[in-house]
Amino acid sequence: MMGRRPELTGLFVGLGLLAAWQALVVLAELPPFILPGPGRVAQALWDNAGLIFGHGLITLAEVLAGLALGAVFGALTALGLALSPPARRVIRPVLVITQALPVFALAPILTLWLGYGLWSKVLMAVLIIYFPVASAFFDGLMQTPKGWLDQAKVMGAPPWRMLLQIRLPAALPALASGLRLAAVYAPIGAIIGEWVGASQGLGYLMLLANGRAKIDLMFAALAVLVVMTLALHRLVGWGCDALVRRVS
Amino acid sequence: MSAPEILLEGRASINGAPLFPDLRLSLVPGGWTCLLGPSGVGKSTILRLIAGLETGAEFTGQIRAGDGAPVADRIAYMAQEDLLLPWLDLAGNVGLGARLRGSQPDPARAKALITRLGLSDHIAKRPGALSGGQRQRVALARTLMEDRPIVLLDEPFSALDARTRSQMQDLAAEALRGRTVLLVTHDPAEAARLGARILLLSPNGLSEIPPPPGAVPRAVDDPETLRAQGQLLSLLRAA
Repeated sequence: MMGRRPELTGLFVGLGLLAAWQALVVLAELPPFILPGPGRVAQALWDNAGLIFGHGLITLAEVLAGLALGAVFGALTALGLALSPPARRVIRPVLVITQALPVFALAPILTLWLGYGLWSKVLMAVLIIYFPVASAFFDGLMQTPKGWLDQAKVMGAPPWRMLLQIRLPAALPALASGLRLAAVYAPIGAIIGEWVGASQGLGYLMLLANGRAKIDLMFAALAVLVVMTLALHRLVGWGCDALVRRVS
Repeated sequence: MSAPEILLEGRASINGAPLFPDLRLSLVPGGWTCLLGPSGVGKSTILRLIAGLETGAEFTGQIRAGDGAPVADRIAYMAQEDLLLPWLDLAGNVGLGARLRGSQPDPARAKALITRLGLSDHIAKRPGALSGGQRQRVALARTLMEDRPIVLLDEPFSALDARTRSQMQDLAAEALRGRTVLLVTHDPAEAARLGARILLLSPNGLSEIPPPPGAVPRAVDDPETLRAQGQLLSLLRAA
């Protein structure tokens, strides 16, 4: 029964976690400034709805912009790499090196360069999702069934048309898995950016609440962030499913 | 459209180990040449060399057309897998070649070919909705849509059941009449039915076996054809 209704299963798991959280608070007699119970967090959410909503919109804008830009740059990089063997030799090592850099460490520099506004957070999100998108899509582009390419070659297709008309559609499922990952990673980038330096956004609000020992408000902002990320993941997932259905 | 003779002269090796020795292979102009042989002897390599495809073998020699014109842009190719693109409907797959060259496929011709191969009920379907035999007929329609004088067939019927296979052989023989066809196959029955010239490739080289009498495609139960089939199988076992 539960296996056939995944959304019900999710609901039960969620309720179970909430109950465990409440039980922990009650049984361990934790004071609210260490760990508030779910009821208290809900109350904080209700009392500060306008405030959280405003900051949430800022974070959402950063995440969406970062996701869109990171997906586009990642996909274009993969297409360029797939089309040009010299580019592969030069750019792939660079890509790997960028992955060896802890992106978190770049956040203060980005804030220094781009200021406290939206763009340092957008760029953080872009940096975090760029590699998974480019890497997944590139792998897909390089794994086109050989027979399709042989046939296109005999038909006299130039390489760029082979890329656009055969390799790209064939790699859409791989791009979709990259995008699904990106949907979950993008909020991480935005929040790191907001922690390092911001005057708005859920990450900023969480830091502020934490500093003033308003742990219930911090958890409320965190809950909104989790819901936002899950919703984004679901939406991107639906979009990707539709994309994959078109090519299979 | 004049269908030229195709000549391949030379030898091939893989990492220094000989694949096939010096040989001279000639394709009947405007007719079917069947290249028969056991697996791994280099049949497909020969076909891919003529097609200008990657083979992984080093070929020393030359490939040319009897009329002296280039071979490369006069070829259509059909493989064992149907190679249909799952995201295109049947008409889209049949017209793929033109679109890959940046021009518009002629929809009336595509439709006529699809109808001729008995697929008109399925024209808006995608390959996933078709049976194996239907899919290979779409592949044949796509090959015909290319309208090339030289057609290279790499075991295109070998994954089909016996009944569908014999029907596809009839259909292909009729549809590709007048073209220079190379059929690579490991099926003696197929070679005996379809070959105007039958060649057996073994590790020692190429030998030509006289085809049975009668026009291609020969009847499946024709005694001469069946005798030739038996003879080909014996030779294949000895190869």
